[in-house]
Amino acid sequence: MATKHTLTFVLMDAPFESARTTIAFRLLHAALDRGYDVNVFAYEGAVALSFAKQAQHPNAVHGRDVAQEDHPLSKNWIAALMAHARTRGADLKWVNCGLCVDERGVGEAIEGARRGSPADCWKMAQQSTATLVIPTK
Amino acid sequence: MKVLQIVETAYRATTEEQDDTVIWISHAMRGASAELGVLLTGNAVNYVAGEQDGSGLMLGAWRQTQPPAPAQDLAALMRKDVPVYCVREDLAERGLMECKLLEGIVLMSRNQLPRLFGEYDQVWRW
Repeated sequence: MATKHTLTFVLMDAPFESARTTIAFRLLHAALDRGYDVNVFAYEGAVALSFAKQAQHPNAVHGRDVAQEDHPLSKNWIAALMAHARTRGADLKWVNCGLCVDERGVGEAIEGARRGSPADCWKMAQQSTATLVIPTK
Repeated sequence: MKVLQIVETAYRATTEEQDDTVIWISHAMRGASAELGVLLTGNAVNYVAGEQDGSGLMLGAWRQTQPPAPAQDLAALMRKDVPVYCVREDLAERGLMECKLLEGIVLMSRNQLPRLFGEYDQVWRW
């Protein structure tokens, strides 16, 4: 029987700032697709990825209303990945650095994203096959 | 498990955070019994310049009372038995070899890094 792998990702970029965010989410998807359990520790600006009050907007430059523009929201990506994990028999744990959340006033996270601390990050890394840090540059 | 934290990007929001966020999380994880080392490369080698002073920021009537002090934060980390390494060539390129460097820092050449990496179970490049 194959070993069940767990991967931990440490994300740092705020949403809507860097291509690293999209790449990170694609990596999460790929890991879940393979049935790996995945932990995410969101640090600094990345705690806003799961902020529940993110909202779509129209885009006059594109000539589209809100519905047509269908602007991506990272909170929806997280929710989609959590749902995807369930279909793959995998587990996606999402932990936000609590102090980073407080600094930014983004305490209202979507369901499934919880508040934690660097101790959680360390514990998740210890329990994982590997850990990848994707930092802000 | 032992983890080597590589810090390359320097002064990343240090004024807003009043610390370097990777040094900070290293302190926090050390508090959770993490076994860590810290390697400073690139511009982050400036953190070992012991006489730097980040104080004095004023914006209107607001003035910063707790400015960042990365050298002191690194010194505190070393007191918690976290070794701090610094790439010698990166210091030399920036003219910092003549500065008063933070006591206890381990200077390493780039060609020594593979051996250093081998001493750790994981390498986290921030």
